[in-house]
Amino acid sequence: MKLPAFQALLDTYGRDVHRFLVASLGPVEADDAYQETWLAALRAYPRLRDASNLRSWILTVAHRKAIDSTRARGARAVPVEDLPERVTPVEPLPDEGLWGEVRRLPPKQRTALALRYVADAGYGEISAVMGTSEEAARRNVHEALKRLRTEYTP
Amino acid sequence: MSDDDRLGSALRAAAQRESPYLPDVSRAAARAGLLDVAYATLDSPVGTLLLARTPRGLVRLAYIDGAEDAVLEDLALRISPRVLAAPDELDQSRRELDEYFAGRRTRFGIPLDWRLTRGFAQRVLQATARIPYGSVSSYKLVAGEAGSPRGSRAAGNALGRNPLPIVVPCHRVLQADGGLGGYTGGVERKRQLLSVEGAPV
Repeated sequence: MKLPAFQALLDTYGRDVHRFLVASLGPVEADDAYQETWLAALRAYPRLRDASNLRSWILTVAHRKAIDSTRARGARAVPVEDLPERVTPVEPLPDEGLWGEVRRLPPKQRTALALRYVADAGYGEISAVMGTSEEAARRNVHEALKRLRTEYTP
Repeated sequence: MSDDDRLGSALRAAAQRESPYLPDVSRAAARAGLLDVAYATLDSPVGTLLLARTPRGLVRLAYIDGAEDAVLEDLALRISPRVLAAPDELDQSRRELDEYFAGRRTRFGIPLDWRLTRGFAQRVLQATARIPYGSVSSYKLVAGEAGSPRGSRAAGNALGRNPLPIVVPCHRVLQADGGLGGYTGGVERKRQLLSVEGAPV
């Protein structure tokens, strides 16, 4: 199997992967997930059988790392019912903005939207990365946009 | 423009703003033992050089001449596709080469990984590595040292494919009549390197 030097993947897709993870997880967790994504990819790379779509492959790895990171966060978090009710609404982080809203979407919608608008993925690629049907990919993006329109006014 | 398009554009624009820098990967890869080939480039008086090393040592030094991708592809194919830019990993090599070009170093201390050579070619290159700084030898002599006194032509071929020029000083090998002979990176570079060393040419 003739594979390109790994640095070529990093140069070509690094920014897309990072943006996708920032959109999915927020800037703080994204950095760790980014390193974990590339280390996992590096580990598996020499055994890769099909190099015809390296972008979808690396986005799939990133998607899995985002899920791991979300689960780890869930395991750390204190159950919601034990918290006193908030009196003031949560202040958004300084550069939260629109992607801050995106991060409050249900996970599948959020991922699909990030792939569509951050990584410029088509529905075929979104379905491949998320392991869903193309129809489901379309629906996730559509639902996400619908929800965002009601909750976000630029 | 539909609402979805407008929202899409806003999402794209917001995403562009989010990644001012990318976290480091090569150091983490080195720590995890996943960095099979680390490389860096170095500007030198003989042009931009690409240096690559494995955990064993320096494995490749190349005159880039605009063909960096081809050098990396070749390393990916012949050693491992886990090839990453990792300047830290080549600190010692870069420093020693800088010193060499400044005339302050006459021997290299970096360990070498000979895996891109074998057989007679490797013996020729190892004989070449023993030619002292500032002196010259001939194709015939290094062929003899490699065990084939009549193998001048084969020795010339081996030197022409030297994966570690400068450090394995194939520029110190001249024709028996004192002519410069050929050189991997062009004969002008051979002349320059010999002049750095003050060799009698």
